[in-house]
Amino acid sequence: MSSETITHGHAAAASVHSHDSHEAHGHDHHHEESFLTKYVFSTDHKMIGKQFLITGIIWAIIGGLFSVLFRLQLGYPEMTFPFLEDLFGKWAAGGRITNEFYYALVTMHGTILVFFVLTAGLSGTFANILIPLQIGARDMASGFLNMLSYWFFFLASVVMFASLFIQTGPASGGWTIYPPLSALGQASEGSKLGMDFWLISMALFIVSSLLGGLNYISTILNLRTKGMSMTRLPLTMWAIFFTAVLGVLSFPVLLSGAVLLLFDRNLGTSFYLSEIVVKGEILPNEGGSAILFQHLFWFLGHPEVYIILLPAMGMVSEILSVNSRKPIFGYLAMVGSLFAIAILAFLVWAHHMFVTGLNPFLGAFFVLLTLLIAVPSAIKVFNWLTTIWRGNIRFTPGMLFAIGFVSLFISGGLTGIFLGNSTLDIHLHDTYFVIAHFHIVMGVASFFGMFAGVYHWFPKMYGRYLNNTMAYIHFWVTLVGAYLIFWPMHYSGLAGMPRRYTDWSNWQSFNQFQGMNSFISTVAMIVFAVQLLFVFNFFYSIFKGRKVKDQNPWGANTLEWTTPINPGHGNWPGDIPEVHRWAYDYGKDGREFIPQTEPVGAHESKH
Amino acid sequence: MTGTMIEQRKKIHPHKFTLWVGIGSILMMFAGLTSAYIVKRSQASWLMLEIPIIFWYSTAAILASSVTVHLALRAMKQRELMTYRRWLVVTAVLGVLFLVLQIAGFMQFEAKDIRLIGAGSNASYSFLLAISGLHGLHVLGGVIALVVITIRAISSSVRNYNTVPLEIVATYWHFVDLLWIYLFIFFNWMK
Repeated sequence: MSSETITHGHAAAASVHSHDSHEAHGHDHHHEESFLTKYVFSTDHKMIGKQFLITGIIWAIIGGLFSVLFRLQLGYPEMTFPFLEDLFGKWAAGGRITNEFYYALVTMHGTILVFFVLTAGLSGTFANILIPLQIGARDMASGFLNMLSYWFFFLASVVMFASLFIQTGPASGGWTIYPPLSALGQASEGSKLGMDFWLISMALFIVSSLLGGLNYISTILNLRTKGMSMTRLPLTMWAIFFTAVLGVLSFPVLLSGAVLLLFDRNLGTSFYLSEIVVKGEILPNEGGSAILFQHLFWFLGHPEVYIILLPAMGMVSEILSVNSRKPIFGYLAMVGSLFAIAILAFLVWAHHMFVTGLNPFLGAFFVLLTLLIAVPSAIKVFNWLTTIWRGNIRFTPGMLFAIGFVSLFISGGLTGIFLGNSTLDIHLHDTYFVIAHFHIVMGVASFFGMFAGVYHWFPKMYGRYLNNTMAYIHFWVTLVGAYLIFWPMHYSGLAGMPRRYTDWSNWQSFNQFQGMNSFISTVAMIVFAVQLLFVFNFFYSIFKGRKVKDQNPWGANTLEWTTPINPGHGNWPGDIPEVHRWAYDYGKDGREFIPQTEPVGAHESKH
Repeated sequence: MTGTMIEQRKKIHPHKFTLWVGIGSILMMFAGLTSAYIVKRSQASWLMLEIPIIFWYSTAAILASSVTVHLALRAMKQRELMTYRRWLVVTAVLGVLFLVLQIAGFMQFEAKDIRLIGAGSNASYSFLLAISGLHGLHVLGGVIALVVITIRAISSSVRNYNTVPLEIVATYWHFVDLLWIYLFIFFNWMK
């Protein structure tokens, strides 16, 4: 009860705080907007979300293209591709990707997809677009910090992009940038200037996600409209809230690790370096510990996995419920399992380090805690399946991608149980089994969540629909392709085929997989081409898509569909609507859906 | 009276709330660094820290600045603008003094032939430099915020009694002060 009164207090503060003038004059009359303030230095959360999304799309094309390039090398090691030499010069001398360049491509593929696409592009986009719209606020707690958050991301992008063009090439020590390789310029070409660019870019990126995360938390907790108690929030909001908490608590630790690495690289300190000989030269550093970096890195690195996954989970929960015309099954269990995952995220980092010489006794605890994640994950899967069970399912593109997400999450989650066992990990670590696991469960699954979100909320973002035919082609090819690419990798991984090799043709144990590798590469190219079809669909539909005529095209309960089709800065032309119920009253008392703004009737049954 | 108190408690300003979350975030960064320090300390070739006396002076300076920023806030709430400006300037000067003393402290290591960076440096002193340096950057951020507020207070022709910006800066300032006290005790205790 007390939380209820507090909510009202916040709501009052919120409406006083933001854009008083809009309430009086309606949204068309606010201050003159130039091109610059509307599209570039905008403080409107919806525009900032679109900026994140489009920057993310550009990065996804670059990062995806890199994977296609190194798959060319892996799939057809005996062939040469002269166009590669035209494009990359000495990096692809004779039409074959050099070993150095292969590492650079893999490193950039990982960095770009993990941070720039699936962190900034995913939670940056949907947190910005959805938070104020779904909690009933005119904008973020601080529009200015929000704008800064995007522009720090943009700066980080510029620095990372520039690093692709320097003479010694971009960072190439893997996206985890383990020292001593990343700390010593003489160790490899990519550890020279490219590594400094990488660190600077990531420092900017961390500032961006911290500014964003602070805003998301503060907005969700303080600016909810009247009646929107925490337990009435749509699950997207809960998921984004936990994502932001994870980011705010774990990114600073990565920053500490990166700062110490910068010291080691440029100031000759020995935090991570000890007794090293490079190319016959004995280095003076002593007393450092490379494992220390891994602890600091994975303390972020593991929560980062959930930073990527949780927003997708939240959006999928919402989309499954809306398109099954059924309430979400076990709302509180969904919130509870999100909370459990967020807590466990901080307690399992050492499972990335089972083979670094970690004390096996300590390892046992991390095995236990890691396997515990299966419990909340299973709760979520169960609830998703029971939500669509006997539902009146509408197979919209968003819904298909949401169902695809659940499928991929199950497939990828199950292999996590293998990898979470430290004994099995002795055999499986650094093999293609790991590649298959994390690509399915974190990479492709989160991409599916993101696609689901884009298809579902595109009408809200641009007032138009995406083309359905292209969407269905996109879905089916991507789903089938994702399984065809990553499923076979489990087999080669179990056979022990290691990652990070450019060529196995002279390696007797593994050249039996050559045919499979060529097959995977071919599928990867097809899937990449279909993603370009999606990009085309996206930009085409912004300008030429079918117009949205209905204010609430999906028949959804949440507040974003009570705004005008093309909401202005301030979202609602009049007062912010008041909320009277949770977001999941679908198929209740013979009614298809009951929006959150509708007061509870006298004879209404309880959900 | 109690009624208004509750009214005020309910309306925590969103920007203030954001600051508190931000403080949590900064704390995590230093928690990461100090736990790295503890891990490193238990390993071979660790040098015992000798902390020069000058760091006690800088500690005193930053403690005093916390008092003056509090006085500034009180003066503003009582709408004594002249006193308020004076204490703001004093706080900023004390902040700069703190930074100067810190830098002077690190200069002294050179005289004692202790290497903080470069060949022959030991991780223990490098940690001291890295952690205090990062803390110093946070103090510098606070000084800049104070200067901005002071310039606004002096140059603005309109009298502004909105206490929120100063309250935010004051909270942050107390935080970097407490953070330094924590680090100082930590370094002295965990040599």
